[in-house]
Amino acid sequence: MNESASLFVNRLGLKLRQPQVILGLLLLVVLAGLVVVPFLQLVHDTAVWQEADRRMSRLAEPGDWTLFHYLRVFAGPLSVNIFYRPLIHSLATSLTIALTAMLLGGLMAWLVVRTDMPFKKTIAVFAVIPYVLPSYTLALAWLDFFKNERIGGAVGICSYLFGVSPPDWLAYGFVPIVITLSLHYYPFTYLLVSGALVSLDSNLEESGEVLGASRFRILRRITFPLMLPALISAFILTFSRAVGTFGTPYFLGAPVRYFTLSTTIYSSIVNRTPAVAYIGALVLILISMVIIYLNQKVIGEKSFVTIAGKGLLRRVTLLGRWRWPAFSLMAALIGIAVFVPLLLLLWQTLMLYPNDYSLGNLTLHYWIGKSQATLAEGESGILRNAQILGSAWNSICLSVIVALVTGMMGILIGYAVVRGRKTRLAAVLEQGSFLPYLIPSIAFGAIYLALFSKSIGPLPPLYGTFLLLVLVCVAKNLPFSARSGISSMMQVAGELEEAGMMAGATWLQRFRRIILPLTLAGSLSGFILAFISTMRELSLIILLITPETRTLTTMTFRYVEQGYSQFADAIILLIVLLVVGGEFLARRIGGKRETI
Amino acid sequence: MAMIEIEGITKRFGGVTAVDNLSLAVDAGEFLTLLGPSGCGKTTVLRMIAGLEVPDAGEIRIAGKTVFSAQRGLFVSPGKRGIGLVFQSYALWPHMSVRQNVAFGLEIRKVDPEEMKREVAEALAYMHLEGMEDRYPQQMSGGQQQRVALARMLVARPGVFLMDEPLSNLDAKLRIEMRAEIKRLHREAHATTVYVTHDQTEALTLSSRVAVMERGRLMQVAPPREIYRRPASLFVADFIGSPTINLIPGKIVRKSEGVFFDGEALSLPAPALAAHIGAEVTAAIRPEEIQIETGENEDAVSGEAYAVLPAGSETIVQIRREGRIFNVRVIGETSFDVGENLCMRFLPEAVSYFHRNGGDRIDTGRE
Repeated sequence: MNESASLFVNRLGLKLRQPQVILGLLLLVVLAGLVVVPFLQLVHDTAVWQEADRRMSRLAEPGDWTLFHYLRVFAGPLSVNIFYRPLIHSLATSLTIALTAMLLGGLMAWLVVRTDMPFKKTIAVFAVIPYVLPSYTLALAWLDFFKNERIGGAVGICSYLFGVSPPDWLAYGFVPIVITLSLHYYPFTYLLVSGALVSLDSNLEESGEVLGASRFRILRRITFPLMLPALISAFILTFSRAVGTFGTPYFLGAPVRYFTLSTTIYSSIVNRTPAVAYIGALVLILISMVIIYLNQKVIGEKSFVTIAGKGLLRRVTLLGRWRWPAFSLMAALIGIAVFVPLLLLLWQTLMLYPNDYSLGNLTLHYWIGKSQATLAEGESGILRNAQILGSAWNSICLSVIVALVTGMMGILIGYAVVRGRKTRLAAVLEQGSFLPYLIPSIAFGAIYLALFSKSIGPLPPLYGTFLLLVLVCVAKNLPFSARSGISSMMQVAGELEEAGMMAGATWLQRFRRIILPLTLAGSLSGFILAFISTMRELSLIILLITPETRTLTTMTFRYVEQGYSQFADAIILLIVLLVVGGEFLARRIGGKRETI
Repeated sequence: MAMIEIEGITKRFGGVTAVDNLSLAVDAGEFLTLLGPSGCGKTTVLRMIAGLEVPDAGEIRIAGKTVFSAQRGLFVSPGKRGIGLVFQSYALWPHMSVRQNVAFGLEIRKVDPEEMKREVAEALAYMHLEGMEDRYPQQMSGGQQQRVALARMLVARPGVFLMDEPLSNLDAKLRIEMRAEIKRLHREAHATTVYVTHDQTEALTLSSRVAVMERGRLMQVAPPREIYRRPASLFVADFIGSPTINLIPGKIVRKSEGVFFDGEALSLPAPALAAHIGAEVTAAIRPEEIQIETGENEDAVSGEAYAVLPAGSETIVQIRREGRIFNVRVIGETSFDVGENLCMRFLPEAVSYFHRNGGDRIDTGRE
């Protein structure tokens, strides 16, 4: 008995010595700290009295349990305004956006992969650019074009060109939110569906043709059903992104008091009713979870094996006289999603006085001008404005650090998962790294606010620190970097590391000299993605930013609020430059690495 | 002196027992081959000796030092066991040049740069790889990669060489060349070698002893000649040899003329089996132990040529008798025609007998 007990302890001891086990356990602790603990704190905070509640209720005893907040949100006199209407707005916009984006992206994917549309390759190159831009780029461009007298300040180009002021429904609220975000999110569908179309064996369609089915019938009865899983995935991905986004609904909705859940969460924090914000965040998380659960169910039943393995014969549908109209439509789509907004923004930044579209009004003042008391309260152009340069520096530091940390964590997770294959620890870790995906951005910011605004044990409150921004961005990007880490780790045969063990290398030596060099090229996409998404991140960090930790995105936000669209637009363009430059640089470095 | 001692090691993967309470001792300077069909656990044994797999029970000692003990919770990491391993896939690091691959282990051990340079050059020269120092593995042929893997192992001067099917990825011609190379290496370095293969020719030509494994257990550990001539069980008899040994089921009976093996299509005198009258047995005869005679012959067994398969230096003749096919190996070429009547002569002392039940060898006192 005693002997077998010691044998068991020995065996456990040997198991715990394996690096993938130690690493897996460590990473689980990190994951719990980054996701689970903040989430539980958020739930806790919704169910106890807050200090701020003293002004709302005499019963408030900070720290005691209460259902006050839930009653207030779900069944109080304000419920319609602070919960039900924003909820309906969120669902209505997100569903419409997901549907529109799915149709646009699906159509573009089919045209590019399966038809003889002219300039297919060019369209394919530009197709994904809208997604690289910050999500609210289009919103700001929209304002530059359609802004009317309602919110004061200068009106948009539309009034100048046509002499009519655009109606509110066109300038603000549901319609522009749906249009701008659909144009931002359609690349999701495009990428997923074109991937599926590329791997779809033409034989499946040809066998339909042999049976005498018409082209349209084949499209409807064979191609479309086979594409359904990809389409549904894209729909759900888009929906869960759209429901958690903050910038666009705020810029385009707030002027007409069209609030969604995400903008309500923000204003509740600003109005010092955090519990309301937290409950909103919980509802968002719930919606997102239900949606993703449905996705798993639907896809689980409908995932068709369409990959034939050998060189696929991809047959092209001849569009005939629709070739050029199809191309024009796609070119127009990309033009409206990318070039027109960027040009609008650029033009705006070059106008000394708003609303004056004459050539004489063009200036570089908002880029490089010195401070002038008569203009913009004496703020100097963004390239010599210490505040903006400081926030640009913050943005770059944040993005680079987040990219490195998440990328590294992705590789480590990949290592623990792939080397621990078939163990429960590996399975838990793989699924756990997916958790942040379930939490919409703005809600993620909220749960971090809930946990880190107070001191935790010996830890001082992290609110207002750069570290907190790093933590939240790392956590949010983890699902993607974990995925790319796992897939690049799969490419590295276990024997390569074992050969290092035979040579007497410690785990650290093996990791640094064998595993890291071999996975880095494969994980590069994870690094780039984290860099880009952090550089343009607004929804995630808007609740956590203080003046010292300002980033470019939150500066844009501030300038929009103050009505300085020239500055806001110039900063957006700066972000676009940094994002595109970052990707370019990473690809150059990556390209060199791959040739070794 | 035993260089490697394995005592009662067991390894389970999930519910499958890959190695089952296995004990084995390898003498210093010996070339021992672990031979068996795929999935028999031979590679797992090798990996446990290397320290890449942790056994669930048992003890392993290398050069008198305990490197693993389940009882004491002891585990010495692979790099500290004084062994070298050549992987089936070679496992050369693709991001390192040949020189870097070979130098890696010395760098880890912080060998003086001058000495390292010398040692690496020496190992590369020994494996005839001069001038390829700056190539990358993917720019080399399979045989060259194999040489780099061997050089990488040699440079650390391990006391024990472990090799996991090192020749299985090479084409037939290269395989013979590398086989000779490995034999040279073993002779000159005098290192204890444990070699895993499923190729019996490799096992029989290279080893001083062969350990035949099946389903996680050792079936027989003996010099190649004994494995071939005196297989300990029906499994070993059947597994070793190409074409496979002739197996004839039958019974030991006493006739008026003496003790006989009375089998399907064949009856042979078996005087040594007097103690086994009535036993259900299987007789096993190697194809080269059967002699073919043309024409009728009193005490020979006649049959009909079923197929004649010449292979240059030898010819395999298949003879059918009463529905049974006998494989017979004849040196050189033959002029038999298919359908021709042939007589087979069996030398009673060349026949092995096994219990049908359990497959154990029946001792006939034959050397």
